[in-house]
Amino acid sequence: MGNDPLLSGHITWIVVLIVVIKVIVAFIALMISVLLAIWIERKVISDMQNRIGPNRAGPFGILQSLADGIKLFFKEDLVPERSDKFIFKLAPYLSVIPAFITFTLVPVGGIVHIFGHTTELQVADPPIGILLLLAMSSISVYGVMLAGWSSGSKYPLIGSVRASAQMISYEAAMGLSIASVVLLTGSLSTRDMVSQQLGTFFGFIPHWNIIRLGVIPFIVFIVAITAEVNRPPFDLVEAEQELVGGFHTEYSSIRFALFYLAEYMNTITMSAIMVTMFFGGPDGPDPQFLHWLWPIAWFVVKTAIFFFIYVWFRAALPRLRYDQLMDLGWKVLIPVMLVWLLVVAAMRVSRPLGFAMVGLGIIGGLLLYRAIAVGRDRSTARELARPSRAEIEPPQDRREDHGAS
Amino acid sequence: MIIASVISVPQLIVFIVSVAIIAVGGVGLLTARYPVHAALFLVMTLFGVAILFIEEGAEFLAAVQVVVYAGAVVVLFLFVIMLLGVDREELASFAGDTVRVALAGVGVALILAVLFIVATGAWATGADSSAGKLTAGSNVGVLARSVFTTYLLPFELTAALLVIAVVGAVILSRRMVAETAAIEPAHLSERREVQQ
Repeated sequence: MGNDPLLSGHITWIVVLIVVIKVIVAFIALMISVLLAIWIERKVISDMQNRIGPNRAGPFGILQSLADGIKLFFKEDLVPERSDKFIFKLAPYLSVIPAFITFTLVPVGGIVHIFGHTTELQVADPPIGILLLLAMSSISVYGVMLAGWSSGSKYPLIGSVRASAQMISYEAAMGLSIASVVLLTGSLSTRDMVSQQLGTFFGFIPHWNIIRLGVIPFIVFIVAITAEVNRPPFDLVEAEQELVGGFHTEYSSIRFALFYLAEYMNTITMSAIMVTMFFGGPDGPDPQFLHWLWPIAWFVVKTAIFFFIYVWFRAALPRLRYDQLMDLGWKVLIPVMLVWLLVVAAMRVSRPLGFAMVGLGIIGGLLLYRAIAVGRDRSTARELARPSRAEIEPPQDRREDHGAS
Repeated sequence: MIIASVISVPQLIVFIVSVAIIAVGGVGLLTARYPVHAALFLVMTLFGVAILFIEEGAEFLAAVQVVVYAGAVVVLFLFVIMLLGVDREELASFAGDTVRVALAGVGVALILAVLFIVATGAWATGADSSAGKLTAGSNVGVLARSVFTTYLLPFELTAALLVIAVVGAVILSRRMVAETAAIEPAHLSERREVQQ
């Protein structure tokens, strides 16, 4: 049933009540942070693009996303004529529910005493822990994929085929970087990951996984997770300039709002997961008063920083082309992470073996790179030797997409 | 009343709900008129089985069930269905075909017989449980230890088999491209030119 001390004893009504309260509080907190996140994103991006952004509803326009939500509620709800009605209505929920379930895994604070019971400040702490994140990210593929297919229209279908290829590709790199964290922790539980990161090196450098693992798994994870939740610069799924609106072109009203909600829930959840896996979760300096509050505050601050980084990505980076996206996933992230996983495993055995593995990885990588380059040159030479149509017709210019959202 | 002495009421409720999910998914898979709906019913069945795994204490199997089968295999099914455009109504039905119905009946009888054998003894599988008795909490560690020590050779052989399958698939698809290039060399070399 999990490692939570709350559930280890006899399950009484009060225990059930505490669990229900935790679920409701987590849900409301996530909803409010989504409202704030949309507002912050719009404000920050408009600052970066030298314009004002929303400033009408409430002080500094802070109620803008609430107003937008209410407006979407009262809009006409269209179901396209040629759509698959049931799946069209089902798809938004398949996006939202995995986003929330993943958030339940995140430890938001320390251990508290409430109503005479001891409990962890997280909704669920199952023994499979972080595997649930992988399971839910593979379920959220369905939301996007089925939304595109069931719309019965061309552009959404292209968007959803892109989306599923992209999400499956990056899941591998994401899983490998999670595996390195699991290898170091020796447990799948998110609570164990956090408690293993307590303490410091030499008294002042925090004992966080980003330092213990080398920075590489974190970089792979943040790139893979950005692609996984279809945030810019990996938002080829939506690509306004090419695909109208991608998989949610045909959606309107509250169903569209659900997709929008899912995107921001995912972004916040993934920021929180990164904090949990690489930045010590609720770990941080703890002045001796208000003992329960500080971990929550540190957690919120760290998560907010990562959300800001996502917004910054969106404002600063142009969208990748599809072949660049696939090359980055399969030819860079997965090989690098495979070698680094071996290095982490060797470091667990002994230091010299670890550094030997780093050396072996570099030599092996260079050999492989050279072999691929030689092979590519040979096949190019062979094809150039054949008579080509390009000698008759001039080649067309390659279209370049400068996607900036 | 015999059931109530073996498992508790919450477990019984979970069991009934998950079995209902599995049954609805299975029947739906067979009766669905569109291939995409059939694939989604398959996902539903896989979820029901995952819930049963969790109830049996096999959390790791449940997670793998969802990640691998629901998350990858069925997504690939859907991918193929959507790309090949077979997502139209499927009208093939063998109701009325006596031979096929009889064969289906034999199949169902065989499955029931196998289920009976598995339920009454362990000789079909060799042991009740390879990962050892379930202690309190998680059995992920126990499973990992037995996979990476006692059963290391079969595990590595399975991994090698999968790699061979992937390499084989890549080679087969590359050969097809090479043959197409031999028939129509201009097309490929044009693309090559453009890339440079």
